[in-house]
Amino acid sequence: MKHALSLAVLSALAVSAGTARAAQTVYHAADAPEATPVVYIGNIKPAMDQGTWLHGIFNQLEGRYAPGGTDFRWDGEAWFGGDYNKIWLKSEGTLEKGRLSDGDHELLYTRSISSYWNLQGGVRMDLDDGPTRTWGAFGIEGLALYEFEFGATAYVSDRGRFAARIEGSYDFLLTNRLILQPQAEFNLYTKSDAGRQAGAGLSDVDAGLRLRYELWRKFAPYVAVTYSGYLTQARRIARDQHDDTGSVRFSLGVRSWF
Amino acid sequence: MTFPSLIRGGLTRRRFVTGLGAGGLLATLPHTSQASSAKASSGLIPPMPSDRWDLTIGHTRISLDGKTMHAPTAGGTVPGPILRWKQGDTVSINVTNTLDEPTSIHWHGIRTPSNMDGVPGLSFGGIAPGETFTYRFRLHQSGTYWYHSHSGMQEATGLYGALVIDPRRPDPNACDRDYVIFLGEWTDVMPDDIVSNLKMQDDYYVFRQRTAASFPKEAREAGSAGAALADRLAWSRMRIAATDIADVSGAIYTYTLNGHAPDMNWSGLFQPGEKVRLRFINGSTMTFFDIRIPGLEMLVVQADGNDIEPVPVDEFRIGVAETYDVIVQPKDERAYAIFAQSEDRTGYARGTLAPREGMIAPLPPMDPRPVRTMVDMGMGNMKPGESMKDMDMSGHMAGMDMHGMDMSHMAMPKMEVDDPGPPPINVENQMRAMMPIDRTSSPGDGLENNGRRVLNYRQLRATRPGADLRPPTREIILHLTGNMERYIWGFNGRKFSESGPIRLKLGERVRFTLINDTMMEHPIHLHGLWSELENGQGDYHPYKHTIISQPGSKLSYLVTADTPGMWAYHCHLMYHMDLGMFRTVIVA
Repeated sequence: MKHALSLAVLSALAVSAGTARAAQTVYHAADAPEATPVVYIGNIKPAMDQGTWLHGIFNQLEGRYAPGGTDFRWDGEAWFGGDYNKIWLKSEGTLEKGRLSDGDHELLYTRSISSYWNLQGGVRMDLDDGPTRTWGAFGIEGLALYEFEFGATAYVSDRGRFAARIEGSYDFLLTNRLILQPQAEFNLYTKSDAGRQAGAGLSDVDAGLRLRYELWRKFAPYVAVTYSGYLTQARRIARDQHDDTGSVRFSLGVRSWF
Repeated sequence: MTFPSLIRGGLTRRRFVTGLGAGGLLATLPHTSQASSAKASSGLIPPMPSDRWDLTIGHTRISLDGKTMHAPTAGGTVPGPILRWKQGDTVSINVTNTLDEPTSIHWHGIRTPSNMDGVPGLSFGGIAPGETFTYRFRLHQSGTYWYHSHSGMQEATGLYGALVIDPRRPDPNACDRDYVIFLGEWTDVMPDDIVSNLKMQDDYYVFRQRTAASFPKEAREAGSAGAALADRLAWSRMRIAATDIADVSGAIYTYTLNGHAPDMNWSGLFQPGEKVRLRFINGSTMTFFDIRIPGLEMLVVQADGNDIEPVPVDEFRIGVAETYDVIVQPKDERAYAIFAQSEDRTGYARGTLAPREGMIAPLPPMDPRPVRTMVDMGMGNMKPGESMKDMDMSGHMAGMDMHGMDMSHMAMPKMEVDDPGPPPINVENQMRAMMPIDRTSSPGDGLENNGRRVLNYRQLRATRPGADLRPPTREIILHLTGNMERYIWGFNGRKFSESGPIRLKLGERVRFTLINDTMMEHPIHLHGLWSELENGQGDYHPYKHTIISQPGSKLSYLVTADTPGMWAYHCHLMYHMDLGMFRTVIVA
């Protein structure tokens, strides 16, 4: 049927002396999927392109130095799956004078939707020494133009509140192993939550300028200048609670993955 | 076993014994038990062809350049033994599997019935552990070929070897000396780990990116810092690295020649004035090699096992799975280096031709590594940063819709075209070559205008006209596609598991047209049938089994579907093949 069609088209082309070829071309891929798959001897597939992989990375695993005491911070993610479907785990938190804050853990289903972008949906738990919150999460993440790593996630809480997170980073290659990475993460909330020092609007920012050296690909110690701080309403909340509203720290850490 | 080696004019007994002294090891005698030594191949061809062979596949612990691997091997060596056959014979090869997993041997480039082609799933069910499978087929062809496993990743870890088939008629390229030069890689990183790393970070093995440190040099070359910056931004906007030459590099690979690391310096002996035939086989997993023998002109006399009109060159590129036979005639009593740089210039394989053992020739410096250009992007000859809108596209677009095929083909009666149209930009494909061009006259990225005579595909002219001069009745257009970022490969924006087979009618004459939408070369191999490259040589176009499709290029070749069965069709970069750039061709 397809053959007959293309033949008809081709004869038409010959007649029309090729002037309007584009409009009449019938596209047919010789390797188009067929209704019944090919039966392979012993059911042995000759190429194994449906594999699954497991990877995890600590983008941040660092000590943030301060005269009053050094904070410890981690930010990592791990995923398992194939080219289209993955289970994705994210976790971050800061240990500050024995108290865990900013503990944010997400379990997401991830779907590849384009060359560089993934959709993610799942749950987020704010789990640390503060009050626990649970959120539904939905977002995108991937590689933006000019090779920016970018992620944006919207959240709706069990108490009907909304939040959003935007994060991004960029790798400047100074040499092939010495890499400077600016990174920033912003959190927004629709309503203040004093128990978690979250303020309505732009609530907090965590940013860093990290200079790492890839001793090998999977292990790169770094030095960094990091900033963590509250903004607008959250800043007032933190001040009212006699807490640090924001500080620049000198940091040391390791970026590592498997 | 009954004909004299004189026919080949090659290895007389005297020469053979001399050769033994050089290499020190005759890997396997025909139909005897296998050499158990793990020593590297001598490159010496067995003194006689045989129609019966035994090959034992087993694990051998092999160390090379400090990298140890418990490798699956044929006959205990990497490469495995050289098998010498004779055109017209019906050969039988008993392959015994002593591994604890299934194995297989595929005879690369050999025209066999499909059940003898050795691809599990397509030809047969594989060779189970403890089993012996007897391959048996008649040889219609002669020349230099190779064999390798087609099971899992065994080929990537050393299960391969050379095939030499004597022609029935006197060999026009017979020489005083005759060596196999088998190029490969060696690493102690397991193939699954390599793939996993590439899935996580596509440039995992590339340590030659453009960086801040390399910027001043680029600015000088580009003429100004602004121009260099614009070029960089153009590439980074597309989220593609111009420095992506090879996915796996010398960072983990030791490049080998006849199983020898560079410092082991494989040697082939000659007497000044003698003609030496070198049968180059690229049996590597992921590496293209650029080959030179400084001080010697190479006469290329055979490509993929088929004789061609001799082409004198200084250098040639050999894609993965290709073979080239060259003849050299060293006049001086000195050593000559066989220098095979990887295309990404992260290492080289080397050997030496010398009148005496133990001699060393100076090695030339490595060339600069190539950088991809807009031509590779499929943008024709556009300048970086220039957009499609800036161009007068009327002429190009018309050609593009029919994929630029020469319209004379179109005028032929009853020509059916399977044109998938421009590939989709999706999860599995990140690019589309807007203006693919004919690059058969280019020796390849990094070799253009290097001051040397470098072989290109246009120069390959068969010594006899093709066996089937019918015009094709059908054209199959295929786009080579992929997403480097996700490390997925395929045709027409689909990987293997999402595609159907390519069906050919028995006896059909088909034109395959490949449009390479990716940024990399792909050596495309069709099992069981010849690929007759349309390179402007008319009825004398060369018969090949593996054809390099250059990035941003369009080329075509003719296939006569004269052998029924299921055949593998794939990119011979192993990790591209396994991650989707594979199709089943069914001839019925």
